[in-house]
Amino acid sequence: MDGVAPYVTADGRQIGGVLMDMRGITLRFGGVEAIKNISFDIREGEIRAIIGPNGAGKSSMLNVISGFYHPQDGEVWFRGEKRPPMKPYQVARLGIARTFQNIALFEGMSVLDNIMTGRLTHMKTGLLAQAIWKGKAEAEEVANREVVEKIIDFLEIQAIRKTPVGRLPYGLKKRVELARALAAEPKLLLLDEPMAGMNVEEKEDMSRFILDVNDEFGTTIALIEHDMGVVMDLSDRVVVMDYGRKIGDGTPDEVRNNQEVIDAYLGVAHE
Amino acid sequence: MSADFLYGIEVVINGLMAGVLYALVALGFVLIFKASGIFNFAQGVMALFAALTLVGIMEGQVPFAHLINAVFGTNIHHFGWQVPAILAIFMTVLVMIAFAWAVQHFVFRHLVGQEPIILFMATIGLAYFLEGVGDLMWGSSIRTLALGLPQGGSLWVEEMTSGLGGDDFYGFFIDKLDMVATLVALVLVAGLVAFAQYTKQGRAMRAVADDHQAALSVGISLSYIWVLVWSLAGIVALVAGIMWGAKSGVQFSLSLIALKALPVLMLGGFTSIPGAIVGGMIIGVGEKLFEYTIGAPYLGGATENWFAYMLALVFLVFRPQGLFGERIIERV
Amino acid sequence: MLYREAGDFKTSYQADSQTFPIAFDRWRYWAVLVIAFCVVPFFVNAYWANAILVPFLIYAIAAIGLNILTGYCGQVSLGTGGFMAVGAYACYKLMTSFPDVSIVIHIILAGGITAAVGATFGLPSLRIKGFYLAVATLAAQFFLVWMFNKVAWFYNYSASGQITAPERFVAGVAVTGPNTAPWAQYMICLVFLTVCALIARNLTRGTIGRSWMAIRDMDIAAEIIGVNPLKAKLTAFAVSSFFIGISGALFFAVYLGAVEVGEAFGIQKSFLVLFMIIIGGLGSLFGSFAGAAFLVLLPVALKVIGVDVLGWPTDLVAHLQLVIVGGLIMFFLIKEPHGLAQLWRLAKEKLRLWPFPY
Repeated sequence: MDGVAPYVTADGRQIGGVLMDMRGITLRFGGVEAIKNISFDIREGEIRAIIGPNGAGKSSMLNVISGFYHPQDGEVWFRGEKRPPMKPYQVARLGIARTFQNIALFEGMSVLDNIMTGRLTHMKTGLLAQAIWKGKAEAEEVANREVVEKIIDFLEIQAIRKTPVGRLPYGLKKRVELARALAAEPKLLLLDEPMAGMNVEEKEDMSRFILDVNDEFGTTIALIEHDMGVVMDLSDRVVVMDYGRKIGDGTPDEVRNNQEVIDAYLGVAHE
Repeated sequence: MSADFLYGIEVVINGLMAGVLYALVALGFVLIFKASGIFNFAQGVMALFAALTLVGIMEGQVPFAHLINAVFGTNIHHFGWQVPAILAIFMTVLVMIAFAWAVQHFVFRHLVGQEPIILFMATIGLAYFLEGVGDLMWGSSIRTLALGLPQGGSLWVEEMTSGLGGDDFYGFFIDKLDMVATLVALVLVAGLVAFAQYTKQGRAMRAVADDHQAALSVGISLSYIWVLVWSLAGIVALVAGIMWGAKSGVQFSLSLIALKALPVLMLGGFTSIPGAIVGGMIIGVGEKLFEYTIGAPYLGGATENWFAYMLALVFLVFRPQGLFGERIIERV
Repeated sequence: MLYREAGDFKTSYQADSQTFPIAFDRWRYWAVLVIAFCVVPFFVNAYWANAILVPFLIYAIAAIGLNILTGYCGQVSLGTGGFMAVGAYACYKLMTSFPDVSIVIHIILAGGITAAVGATFGLPSLRIKGFYLAVATLAAQFFLVWMFNKVAWFYNYSASGQITAPERFVAGVAVTGPNTAPWAQYMICLVFLTVCALIARNLTRGTIGRSWMAIRDMDIAAEIIGVNPLKAKLTAFAVSSFFIGISGALFFAVYLGAVEVGEAFGIQKSFLVLFMIIIGGLGSLFGSFAGAAFLVLLPVALKVIGVDVLGWPTDLVAHLQLVIVGGLIMFFLIKEPHGLAQLWRLAKEKLRLWPFPY
């Protein structure tokens, strides 16, 4: 399992080489160590889960990947190159998109405009061309709109296209946020608790979308999730964190039988 | 010691005293901001309004006389009595408390949970409103505030210090009123700190400042606390209004001192009472010194108009939370 | 059945994202333009031009500018008066230094100079947010006004400290100076407003507009999905100041003819334009027009009612005006933070479904 040779999963998906490699990441806030010397990799085409109890440092890890936090120690390798310290928007341009634990949609804009913001990294016309609009800017707008419309079809949210996101129910907001991330056509998609606060049907829908994204677009996905059932069903490999340390890494089955993981989740019996 | 240097010291001392007055206005901002997250742009107009009200009551003016005359064709202006200063101050305090209640009841109660910037813009509206009301109530001419506060330079200080320099140094010129203002400001600050530390209401106020939800859950009435802090801010405004009014007359420009308090707050941090005081001193001394050393000789003077803002601006770029503010860790 | 989408199918993405998706709106838009350009100039007299139309057109440009910065990008500025002053003095210096160049070019260049100044004062916005920034823009306001007051070079060392617009012509017609016909004042402002509004509309509907709104709604999320905050904020400051500079240039050269900086471009002007966009509607171009019209008309209306009809003294009416404006600001922020534009939108939505709302 740990080899770098490409392989094909049981359901026929192609898993390639290492896409992202986190090496010895340590992150401190003042005196608190949120992440302690953690290394793991994410391979092309796989669904990689990060799990752990509350406060384990999962979201911090995602924030390190997306460049929002800068680790004091350790290296981030992306597509075979060491990534220098970057601003979040530069990371986004590398092809890393994400969703947020507490929905971070732009409340003052329509669903369509929100998803169009996901295309920003692909849109290049200058200020002057945009001021004139006719010609270059309009052509670019239409081309990108076509991409966005495909994603809208894919996630089945055609009916709410022009609705302001502020009016949407929670489950749909989560889906719009996924759409915005997908619109960037990312090489790596980070999902921070995509199913938090959802009921069973909504979770099933979301799981289906995640699997479809991975399957149809071949997008590599790293996700944080609390629902163990979902994690075990969805993911190819799982990293388990507890108090900022890595306590397990492997296939769902391996992790499930790891004693340390069981202790972290169920607690250790005190003598 | 050379005379220039001594005059420099005099500038610093006068700057410190001006700074105390800035700090006094800034204090009103901090009170409201800590308890409700409202950045009250109207603080300066409140000072103007309070001073106008005080003068109006003392002189026995009929409120809204101008308007009443216009509407009913009457010709009234004064009740024909004079109210003693102490009683007038007391009545003004009551007016400011009524104002605090009205503000809370009619405006900010309906804006709970709005973004800070919306609240800020609402207070700009409030400033206009209150300025208009003040003018309608008491008229807009320049008034003198005759509270019998000492005025003019202090001869005593001048004589005491004239020996420090050579022949061309005549001692420090320090306005008595500034000395009184400094004293009052210090007493007021001490009083506020004691109030916040040792009384039940003070504790509740600090609880609200810390966390609205938690304060609610232990049974503190938010709207009561907000009326309380607006009242306190009104009283602080009255004191500031008296000091500035006695110094330069009660007129519209009084409300502009509020704008001076803004850079004070940016320096000191919006949540810190010591910050407001230290910030006030820095701005007061800074602008006087800058005017004395650079502004007046090289730049054509009147640099006090903008120096405080520029100082705060430059300072903020390097330390966005101010001197004493808490550092904000951003999260997603 | 005038106001309907039914039967008006959009067959391309261009058609779907056009400015007025409903046919009736498009007709009305053209009708307004035709009346403004072809009818009004023949009827406008000095009173209408000076009291209402020209100030409305000029303030509408300033309001569009501030709305881009505050309504679309979420950065509150109290420096509008100062930036208008930059436009005015830049225009004055250009007019007197290069008398042979067309005034139109001077006004556009004045906008460009203001854009550069605005972007400079926008630099701190990267570190300072919310009302901290609002207060920081006061630095621009006070510093700029002080500078134009103290540095004699800016007013060509005139004894009065005022700047006075020399006479200039566009296509043989005087547009500045004492001999300007009301219709010429009106037309040049109208042309500038139309072009500015079109540019603003194009910028706000595309990539750059979406970056601004993303920064406004949630700056951290915006940065993580790929918005460069430096670029977004600085372009907002620059574009906004460009419009405000043009309005300042027109305000000085075409409308007033002679200005004294503290009087014409003081802090009150900053508040006035801010109030326009709050009352009109933050983040709405239509709101910029509505707010400008409202606050230009209000004093005129109050004067007509209070002074001319009721015979009240002028200063009393002026005080009442403060109370009304301040009260309206609070009212709109409480009841309708999106301003007149939202009321208009709601009315249109009702009309679309009328008479069967369910």
